[in-house]
Amino acid sequence: MDFTVALAQIKPKLGCLDDNLALIEAAIEKGIAAGADLVVFPELALTGYFLKDLVPEVALRLDAPQIERLKILSKRISIAVGLVEVSSDFRFFNSALYLEDGEIRHVHRKVYLPTYGLFDEQRYLARGDRFRAFDTRFGRVGMLICEDMWHLSAPYILAMDGAMTLICLSSSPGRGISGTEGLGSAAAWQKLTSTTAMFLNCRVFYCNRVGYEDGINFWGGSEAIGPSGDVTDRGAILEEDFVVAKVDGGALRRERIFSPMMRDENLAITVKELKRIDRENQC
Amino acid sequence: MGALTVNTALLRQILVGFVRDEVYKVGVRKGVLGLSGGIDSALVAYIAAEALGPENVYAYTMPYRTSNPESEAHAKLVADSLGINYKVIEITPMVDAYFTLVPDADNMRRGNKMARERMTILYDHSAEVGGLVLGTSNKTELLLGYGTLHGDMASALNPIGDIYKSQVWELSEAMGVPREVIEKKPSADLWAGQTDEQELGFTYRAADELLYRMVDQRMSREELIAAGFEAQFVDNVHKKVQGSHFKRRLPIIAKVSHRTIDRDFRYARDWGK
Repeated sequence: MDFTVALAQIKPKLGCLDDNLALIEAAIEKGIAAGADLVVFPELALTGYFLKDLVPEVALRLDAPQIERLKILSKRISIAVGLVEVSSDFRFFNSALYLEDGEIRHVHRKVYLPTYGLFDEQRYLARGDRFRAFDTRFGRVGMLICEDMWHLSAPYILAMDGAMTLICLSSSPGRGISGTEGLGSAAAWQKLTSTTAMFLNCRVFYCNRVGYEDGINFWGGSEAIGPSGDVTDRGAILEEDFVVAKVDGGALRRERIFSPMMRDENLAITVKELKRIDRENQC
Repeated sequence: MGALTVNTALLRQILVGFVRDEVYKVGVRKGVLGLSGGIDSALVAYIAAEALGPENVYAYTMPYRTSNPESEAHAKLVADSLGINYKVIEITPMVDAYFTLVPDADNMRRGNKMARERMTILYDHSAEVGGLVLGTSNKTELLLGYGTLHGDMASALNPIGDIYKSQVWELSEAMGVPREVIEKKPSADLWAGQTDEQELGFTYRAADELLYRMVDQRMSREELIAAGFEAQFVDNVHKKVQGSHFKRRLPIIAKVSHRTIDRDFRYARDWGK
């Protein structure tokens, strides 16, 4: 089926739940007005990224009133949004919610928490323990949060679990300026999103934030990528933007006929070999 | 040289956006800076004027009686070409008043005192106009420690602290900083005829090539020597970086509680902004 996705390339305020909720609600209304069926937000859209000790202070339980409000809005448009989730045993997760028809359809807790260079996530956050695809009105979907996508196995598992649409919520800092080319981090991501789509015959929706936190910029450049790896729509670099992309449902069918890699993918061999490797590593 | 050349259009966009965003989120619209007549502060003035509008940039030249008159002329040239607010404030009376008490102070102490005098004036004007003090130290001098702690190193935010001197030259060309300012020899202008490169004992270009590989690329001493850098130069620069590290950090605090500022009490400065 054809549908329209909106990528809300927003600039959240660090640690300001109320302000960010207002920003998100405004973008949702904008998406509805633009005729979008799905609106995707960046990682930690509700809180900002370099939270450090703010993590417990901005964390929400899944029954929080803020999430209730988003659930109600999801009766009018499907929503993928990032926030800090606190579990009943007081672990804090960098989570992405998928809301549709007034319900939370799926919660993905970020598995790969970058803790190197300028990143420090594992100091403050608990690690998710699964990648699961889930059914939506656009077919089967898988969600990834930023660094998750840099681990080949993550989108692979989602695709093998039947996802034909991968949504990646991101807060990617811009860095690596050189020569006449663009930002190093932007160039690397653009290769990654396109290649992932191509390898897995999946469409990819990538939403990255903008703005600065303590001098660190987030570069934006949100993208809708077709299942052949072609970027159909791209947001502005370093500026707020609202990308509205028409998704050609037939492109996925055609791509899977032209390059049936996922049809031919052999899960049994993969599982057998991974088990062997695991067994050998235990010795 | 390839490694140090930059996409100036993109760099300009990031730095202009940085000044605008980080100034506005504090709730003010203005920036204050010291304009020495040199290239670093000229570039920051260009970035600030583009980010905030020239009418919101307040630049001050603060000469001492031994300062080279050419410095002031160059500062004025920059201010005039941008149309920013500009004032000259002599620091000779305050600095001399102090040094009559300590007449035997050497050049370094005198230079540091002047830099700190200028800092107090900038912060006073920051309060007067309601603007943030913009830093003008580049990555090369920050890494080498070639600056005065709490003097020219003091600022609320620094747009050029992550770009090397070579990149300052490149971006200045792209942003239209006057040629005279780009082409003159870098000088702290603390005494007559002083040049940075003479005092440091090497050129900024050479230092940048080395620092880029040492700091950004994390090449080992052996790799740097194999790449053609003299061992003595590598060691000298490394020693300067290490020896000046205290200047790049906040004062250390004796820990006694469970939550010590900056140790386990950690918030971004943009907390709530």
